Amino acid sequence: MSSVLYDTPGPRAKRRNVLYTVVFAALLVLLLWWAWQTMSDKGQLEWAKWSPFTESQAWTTYLLPGLANTLKAAALSMVIALPLGAVFGIARLSDHRWVRVPAGVIVEFFRAIPVLILMVFANQFYSESTAISSDERPLYAVVTGLVLYNASVLAEIVRAGILSLPKGQTEAAQAIGLRKTQVMTSILLPQAVTVMLPAIVSQLVVIVKDTALGGAMLNFTELLNARKTLAANYANVIPSFIVVAVIFIVLNFILTSFAAWLENRLRRGKKSTGAVLPTAAVAGTAATGVGGGGGIGIGGGAPGGDGT
Amino acid sequence: MKLLKVTAASATVFALALTATACGSDDGGDSGNGGGKKITVGIKYDQPGIGLKEPDGSFSGFDVDVATYVAKQLGYDAKNIEFKETPSADRENALKRGDVDFIVASYSINDERKKQVDFAGPYLLAHQDLLVRADEKGISEGTDLNGKKLCSVTGSTSAQNVKKEIAPKANLQEVGTYSECVDGLASGAVDALTTDDSILAGYSAQEQYKGKFKLVGLKLSNENYGIGVKKGDTEMVDKINKALEKMVSDKSWDKAVQENFGDSYKNEPAPKIGDIVK
Amino acid sequence: MFDFLEGYDVLGAFWTTVQLTLLSAVGSLIWGTILAGMRVSPVPLMRGFAAAYVNVVRNIPLTVIIVFTSLGLANIFSVTLGAADDFDAKFFRLAVLGLTAYTACFVCESLRSGINTVPVGQAEAARALGLGFTQVLTLIVLPQAFRAVIGPLANVLIALTKNTTVAAAIGVAEAALLMKEMIENEAQLLPITAIFALGFVVLTLPTGLLLGWLSKRLAVKR
Repeated sequence: MSSVLYDTPGPRAKRRNVLYTVVFAALLVLLLWWAWQTMSDKGQLEWAKWSPFTESQAWTTYLLPGLANTLKAAALSMVIALPLGAVFGIARLSDHRWVRVPAGVIVEFFRAIPVLILMVFANQFYSESTAISSDERPLYAVVTGLVLYNASVLAEIVRAGILSLPKGQTEAAQAIGLRKTQVMTSILLPQAVTVMLPAIVSQLVVIVKDTALGGAMLNFTELLNARKTLAANYANVIPSFIVVAVIFIVLNFILTSFAAWLENRLRRGKKSTGAVLPTAAVAGTAATGVGGGGGIGIGGGAPGGDGT
Repeated sequence: MKLLKVTAASATVFALALTATACGSDDGGDSGNGGGKKITVGIKYDQPGIGLKEPDGSFSGFDVDVATYVAKQLGYDAKNIEFKETPSADRENALKRGDVDFIVASYSINDERKKQVDFAGPYLLAHQDLLVRADEKGISEGTDLNGKKLCSVTGSTSAQNVKKEIAPKANLQEVGTYSECVDGLASGAVDALTTDDSILAGYSAQEQYKGKFKLVGLKLSNENYGIGVKKGDTEMVDKINKALEKMVSDKSWDKAVQENFGDSYKNEPAPKIGDIVK
Repeated sequence: MFDFLEGYDVLGAFWTTVQLTLLSAVGSLIWGTILAGMRVSPVPLMRGFAAAYVNVVRNIPLTVIIVFTSLGLANIFSVTLGAADDFDAKFFRLAVLGLTAYTACFVCESLRSGINTVPVGQAEAARALGLGFTQVLTLIVLPQAFRAVIGPLANVLIALTKNTTVAAAIGVAEAALLMKEMIENEAQLLPITAIFALGFVVLTLPTGLLLGWLSKRLAVKR
């Protein structure tokens, strides 16, 4: 194995690497042993705390309904945010200043605000001004917060996707006499959708993770919150935490892998323009509330960083 | 061809989204089976001894027993009761909007709340108390909490009481639910847990924690648990009060206390209807 | 007009947000660089560890991580970061730890992609001069990589600023927690939300502009 940074190791380097491996492995084992020992000292490894997860009732009564709510909120948010994001993304590319500027301001504004602030606001707003029942309200609030935020991120993805297409596409379309709307709807958008797909799937990971915020702060009964009721029954706070974390990891890992597979496939596809929005650029920075979109450096390949 | 590919790809995303939505949309729709009208009652889902959602989907606890008894007197069989979770912050709203018919959820009667909802009862007199480890010797009164680690749930008034009036130097950890406090108490990360003694008794009576904790037995406050009803629905209040009186007189009340709070809980006698201990 | 602000320390809450951001930024830059170093190192075990760490931690919701620092690290593993008896300090530090552990993943991934932008020739030339792995990395590759990743890192920093609100989940008295408290107690939803939204715009916008400008200025001309 060789890379940019080092040659194929020779005999001395190999010996050194073995030494490093041994030392590092020892440290890791020490850490794991300490974690295991502490857990066992505190009685966290008792079978009684873990056995509920081998029974179907713990899943059907608590975890699966919670997971269903997580997925429901995430799916709703994506389905609503996507068209909104497309509209704003295209608006930002408009030739008219009066369309471009307000769209830009709105997108930048919602990207600059933490998604939790949006959720908390939506929750209170629905409580004061609408007749949404109190057990539905957290879902509405979470979805609203996620839509506002993610529509603005998706707007940037859409904009970047369209900009990533070769200029010749627009020019050729104009040359054969298509009008602006036609260029957008029949030439640019269909290609841009393909380009954007991996980034969109990656954004789904961000959304899934953010639903947990609603569970912790707004009493939305998603996976993390369903864990509370479960732990109240079995008295297993830490084990239930670990199980929930693993479910999130698996779910998001599947989504991430799907995005990577899509990206790979589209990149190698013969018929596409070859332009693909890298997932890492978006999902990479995609934390709970990403500064995200700004980092999509397409075209030049240089990581563009126009901030917020 | 290209368009087909695009459509197929985006369809995948949407299909993914839709299946997920479909999974979760089965709530509330299937109440058409069986005869009789339904009654909706707000309870807690995560408090052992008070209101707890059991692994098999049923509910247990003192509040649940009271709610079931009252509903029975109002003419609703157990199978026609629909329980809904009403977290503390949502109780007034849920009643105002009529999401629930009444609420039995460790709901203390106070003047602030009486402005927004009506109360039947009280059906239990509880007191704010402390739960400590069974071998704890350093905490016997409220002021002992100074310098100690105290745990309660976010936004709980009982914790604020202690911090403001009894032991200003106590370290307060606020978590999402009492079971996390109890876990911290068991592992030694916190020294005491404060809330109503009825809730604390429910936890210490839980199988996993039997014998590990004790109630200090301080009566730091009087909590008169009432049944919350929509403001102005005096007919409902009267009916519930009659049911509560009957529950006490036919001894079902004593039985429910015994079953849910365990032997170590020294409960107050059943309160008289309308008799609020300040 | 702004009398609903009375009795609330809005500036203090934002100051906590800023402190959370800065401390976690420094922490995640350090830990993220170490992770990136491991991820490109010649030792397979280190590469594997760093890759596993990044893939696991970034797929866990930050909320879960932050709450776990309180219920798991502090309660079970007795990690109190020198503040066992002062809960305000303890949860603040735990939040910094959680934010650092999470954000480091994104720092690591940004750096790794930055390292990939450094032309192979640079490292080859360095090795031809007889520099070892550590020297190649610290003297030649990382200085160039850091310049290339200022843009992406700026986005990580902005994301981090917004992510500090999650610390509200364990009761750290930062901006989002105060906002939640205020809108529940005062009937002034819109003005309160506007103030807090503006606060975050003020925090994130200049960061973005400044670092965007910096990344253009420092970009390695090739």
